[in-house]
Order: sequence, then structure tokens, then C-alpha cells
Amino acid sequence: MQFCGFSQEYPVRKFARLSLLSLTLLMPGLVQAQSGGTLQKVKETGTITIGYRESSAPFSYLDDHQKPVGFAIDICMRIVEAVKAELKLPNLKVELTPVTSSNRIPLMANGTVDLECGSTTNNVDRQKQVSFTNTHFLTASIFVAKKSAGLHRIADLKGKTVVSTAGSTNIAQLNKVNAEQNLGINIIPGKDHAEGLLMVETGRAAAFVMDDVIIAGLVASSKDPALFANGDEAFSKPEPYGIMLRKDDPTFKALVDATTAKLYKAEGETLYTKWFMKPIPPKGINMNLPLTPAMKKALQTPSDNPDPASYGG
Amino acid sequence: MFSNFDFQAIIQALPYLFGQGMVFTLTLTVLSALGGLMLGTLLALARISGGRVLSTVATGYVNLMRTLPLVLVIFWFYFMVPYIGQWLLQESRPIKVGGFSSALLTFIMFEAAYFSEIMRGGIQSVARGQNAAGLALGLTGGQTMRYIVLPQVLRTMLPVLLTQTIVLFQDTSLVYVLSLTDFLGAASKIAQRDGRLVEMYCFAALVYFAICFLASQAVRHLQSRVAIIR
Amino acid sequence: MNYHWNWGIFWDASPEGAGTYADMLIGGLRITLAVSVLAWMIALTTGSAVGVLRSLPNPWLKRLANAYIELLRNIPLLVQLFLWYFVLPEIVPEAWGDWLKSLRDAPFYTAVIGLGLFMSARVAVQVSTGIAALPRGQMAAGLALGLTLPQTYRYVILPNAFRVILPPLTSETINTIKNSSVALTIGLAELTARARAIQEFSFQVFEAFTAATLIYLVINMIATLLMRMLERQMRIPGYGAK
Repeated sequence: MQFCGFSQEYPVRKFARLSLLSLTLLMPGLVQAQSGGTLQKVKETGTITIGYRESSAPFSYLDDHQKPVGFAIDICMRIVEAVKAELKLPNLKVELTPVTSSNRIPLMANGTVDLECGSTTNNVDRQKQVSFTNTHFLTASIFVAKKSAGLHRIADLKGKTVVSTAGSTNIAQLNKVNAEQNLGINIIPGKDHAEGLLMVETGRAAAFVMDDVIIAGLVASSKDPALFANGDEAFSKPEPYGIMLRKDDPTFKALVDATTAKLYKAEGETLYTKWFMKPIPPKGINMNLPLTPAMKKALQTPSDNPDPASYGG
Repeated sequence: MFSNFDFQAIIQALPYLFGQGMVFTLTLTVLSALGGLMLGTLLALARISGGRVLSTVATGYVNLMRTLPLVLVIFWFYFMVPYIGQWLLQESRPIKVGGFSSALLTFIMFEAAYFSEIMRGGIQSVARGQNAAGLALGLTGGQTMRYIVLPQVLRTMLPVLLTQTIVLFQDTSLVYVLSLTDFLGAASKIAQRDGRLVEMYCFAALVYFAICFLASQAVRHLQSRVAIIR
Repeated sequence: MNYHWNWGIFWDASPEGAGTYADMLIGGLRITLAVSVLAWMIALTTGSAVGVLRSLPNPWLKRLANAYIELLRNIPLLVQLFLWYFVLPEIVPEAWGDWLKSLRDAPFYTAVIGLGLFMSARVAVQVSTGIAALPRGQMAAGLALGLTLPQTYRYVILPNAFRVILPPLTSETINTIKNSSVALTIGLAELTARARAIQEFSFQVFEAFTAATLIYLVINMIATLLMRMLERQMRIPGYGAK
């Protein structure tokens, strides 16, 4: 006998009481106030932890050596340099931890990551739990489908199975539109962006709802980019992306804001060209997305405003 | 169709799959089994010979863990461990815990509940007379447990403990939900990057099967030997 | 303070448009229960059949049953679900594959079948051990009374064997409910997945997971109670060890 060499008896009522007891004892005491900001933590531990994404090209993704690279990673490395200078810690250790759309906010709050460098939309809801530095990109939420499916407008998705990444603003917008317009879309959450496009490619889902720039990156590096076509209708205005920080940490935010503001004004366009107008690893694909006027303005006048309207997009 | 099954995709991925993925999986399995066994033994002792409060808390903990899905427990601990660390160490802020350490802690805490049931069964099966004999020889209760009872329990329960470790080895695949790079995580990352789902998941299934099958055959062999000795 | 407690979150409207966050949990609970019940039915029927095969004297049938059990027991459930969900549609003829992929509730059916078969191997082991634990005389007595082999199984062996294995089956029932959460990896909106979705939308991690934890405690307790009642109902006075 394999698994049951022991008694399986549960005294049910006692068990209920005990379980509840241990649960209530464990829980609320743990999540308590904390003092000292990220800078002090980094100073004490000699380590700063960066959360990266695995398939948010060209912002934050893995190259062919499974090492995180991208536009947002470059920005974060500059922030790390500024932290080193500020704390006079030239040998500061940088740790990289993968995060997903679904877990990045709790992992920021519980101290697992200190900076989240990816493609996180800065909005009012999220600012209740976390904070963002200056905007590094503007992108709208759209859908991509197989060209052969002939899906153009959001209403064309009616009754279809549509995938979007769990924990993204996109899946929330898709849910909202679905409810408002009563489309009866069957919404499946994907674990990461790469899984979303793969579901469309393999015919599991009719469409994938995501930020247009992420879709562009995924389609460009897919086996057959000509297979896909974007919908003509967007789910949102272009919304700002920001590097995410812990909330209520004014000293750290001030340092990061000052660093990114200086970086975006001085070298923003160069950095942009490197990732959006030139071949990028691992496959040497060129995103070929020229700088838009709104994006140019966002880099020239750095702001952490979550309101899409403030960017004139 | 199997006609375009790409063995080359598997061969190219082998260094990553085994060098990173399998190393992660095996390290996690071995350390969790050892940690789980230690904590589980303590829990079993607390239930059998601890005071009322201690045994009540231990029982509640074991039952709670055995009622919850591992996936939920993994989510819980991934978000909670830093706060638990803060509380235990009386730090001023949540302590930083990496993905591997967090997974390791989760599996130790979870598997301890299962190991404790095995150990409890084992301890209770050792004849009471042995306990009395140990005490009569002038050993303390703790010494009797340490030098007489536990060695026998470990020996007789070894096959069951190893079987539970094989279950644990399979369970570690669930760290997939945290996007950690265990063996399955590595396979799925390659699968998604190269669009090679069929090849990668079939290969992963084959590897898990081979390891678990051989290991359980070995345990069965061991079981028959232990059985003869007794 | 880094975390903002909000236990009232469950009464807020969910961003999915229909209902509150509490409704999301209830929807998840429904799917968890539906998948568990259906999968458990598959596990019991298939598992009993395989368990009986394993107890038969024919060595080939025994080997077949053993192969089935080993195959399903030595591959992690998560990997098995991936095989059913991602691999199966690609290796069957294309038209079938397209049909499978176009199924609206594909994650649901995949979870029911994948989990059902996974659990069936464990039920099969229980059933065959239960049969082996019966005194040999029962089989001989049945056959001597003029019952055929199938009749002996149907009227003598199985009713007794199931009484023997009811307690371990209780824990397998609970395992089925617990394991249904693994299907969140193929997009099934079951209880754990819904708790996670609440966390993703509202960022209230601890509230969402606490609610899910309490619900699992309650359903597992109810399942245990029901199985206890069944055990009591089924007990033959004076028979069986307690």
C-alpha cells in the first residue's frame, strides 16, 4: 500500500476549529507597518532587485542566453547606477527576478522586487498599491487575430474565444467592453504575453487582446508574421507605461524620477532608436516604430501622470 | 501531426532543460524532502507527546495543509514569506526572498504535513514496550525517542517516505505558476519561444515518467528488502 | 504601511461587468465543484474497471492494468493536462484538432477528463488492494454457488471491496477537489483562479486568498462528512474491521 499507511480519520468539527484558529493566528499580525524606504533597504542589504518580464519585447524580455534585456531594462540599469552613486556603493549587487502581469504588484508590495522594469501601465487603480516613475512609453490596447479570420472591429469578436494576459489592464478592458456591449466573448486568461499569441497561432483563441506595441513585438518574432492582422478598433486610448516602485517611498521616488527625467530628456531618443528602430536580439528583428509626436513630447517633458489625456494621445 | 516532430528542437534545448531546469527541480525536491522530514518529525512529536496546546496547534496546521490545494498554498507563501520573515526576525520591513527560497519554504511547510502523518503512523507502530525499556534503562524520554524509536521509524518508514518524495518531485512542477525555471518551466519557456509545444511537452512527460517510474521501482525493491529484515 | 486592507472588497462590483467580487468566487466555486464531481465519476468508473482487471488471474490483463496505472501515476498532473490541452489537438487529424480547439469550454472538458483519468489510476490501486484484502474464500464461495465470474464480482467481491476502501476513497475525493485547482494553468476559471483574478483586478491578495482558503475548508469538510455518512450507511453490522 502506497499512500495510506496512516489513519485518514479527521475529527471534523475539531478540525474546523483548529484550522480556523491557525489561520486567524497566522494572518493579520504579519502584514504590518514598515519603516525605512527602499534606499535604506538597499543600503543595508547591499542588493537591489529588479523584476523583469519574460516576453515583453522590446521592453523587457529574454535574449537567446535567457538573459533579460530591453528598453526598460536599459532604463533600470541607469537607475541602478544612480542608486550606486547616491549610496556610494560601487559594488551594489543587482538581482534579477522574473515577474508576470499577475504577480508583479504583490511582489513589489512584499519587497521581493524593488524596481519593476517592463511594460506596466500606470493607472489610478494601481497607484492605490504601488507608485510609478516617469512615463517611458504610450500604447493603446488592441486585438490581433489570424488574417484569414477577417476580424476587424471589436463587435466581430462576438461569441468568440479571446485570450488576454492575466493581471493586465487589457483583460480588464476586454471584460468591461464585453459586459457593456453584451458580446458574450469567452475570455481566457493567458499566463504571459507569449502564451497569448501562441493561443491565436494554434487556433485555441480567435484573438489576443494586448497593448499594440507588445503585439507588434510578438508578431515580428513569430514564425510567420504574415499570418496575423491587427483589429482596426482600439479598446483604449494610448496609455502610459512606467517603471514601478513601492508606494509611499518619497526619497526613492525622487531619486528615480530625477534620474529618468534627466535620462529621457538627454538620451531618450537615442535609447528609443536602439530598441524601436534597429535590429534587436535575439533574432535581429527591427520593430520599425518611428517616434510619434506624443511619445517625443513624453520624453521631452517627463511626467508620471496616469491620465492618458495628459499626453495628448 | 507527428510528421513534423522536430527532434532537433529538443536536442538544442537539452543543456537548458537539464543544466538549469532539472537542476532546479532536483535541488528543490531533495532540500524540501529533507526539510519537510525534519519539520514533519517535529510536528509528529508535538502531536504525540507535546502538551495540549502544542499538539492542538500541530494538528490544526497539519489538517489545514492537507485540506488546501498546493497551488493555492504556493500562491499564499509566495506573497506571504517575506512578511513571515519580517515577523520572525522582527525586521522593520518585509525581508526579500528569492523565487527559489520561496518555493523551497513553501514545499517544506506543505510537505511537512504529509511527512508528519507518515512519521506519526511510524512512531505509533513501534511497540510501546520499547519506550518503557528505554526509560527503564535510565534514558530520558527525549533520548529514548532519539536513540531508540526514531531510528526504527525511519528505517521501517523509508519506503513510504521515499514514495512521498516521488510525489513531491512531481508536485514541484507546480512552481510553473510562479514562472520559475524548474524542468517543466524550462520546457514551457522553450515551447512558447519556439512554438514547439508538442515536442517540449511530450519530452517533459517522458522524462518525468522515466525518473518517477525507475525511482518507484527502486523503492519497491527496497521495500521488499526492508520487509525481509523485519 | 505598504498594504491596504479592504475586507469590503467582496461587495464591490467586479470589473467583469456582471456582479461583485463575491460573485466571481461563487462562479469559481461552481466550476470547482462541477469539475470535481464529473472527474470523480470518471475516476470511480474507470478506476474500478482497471482495478478489477488488475485483480483478474489473466497475466496479460494484469499487465495492461499495471501499465495504465504506472503511466498515469508517474507523470505530474500538470504535465498530463498540458498533454491533453496543448498536444492532443496537434497530433490527431487536423479536422478533429480544429474541432477540439474550437470547443468553447475546452479547458473545462480537458480538466474533467485529465483529472478524472489521473485520479482513476489512484482509485484503481485502491480497488485492487481492496479486492486483494478480501478473504480468498469469498471468490470461491461465489463461484461454488453457481455464480459466473462477472456475477461474483458484481454481487460478492465489489460490494465488500468498496466497503473496505471507503476511508481511503474519502481522501481521494478530497484530493480530486484539491487537484482541480491545477487546471487554472489551462485557463479554467475555478476557485483558485478566481481568487487570483480578484487579486489581479483589485490587488487585495490576502483578502482574496483568505476567502478561497475558507471555501476550500468548508467544501472539504462537507465532502468528508458526506463520505462518513456513506460509510455509516454502508456498514454491515458485525462485518469489517473498525
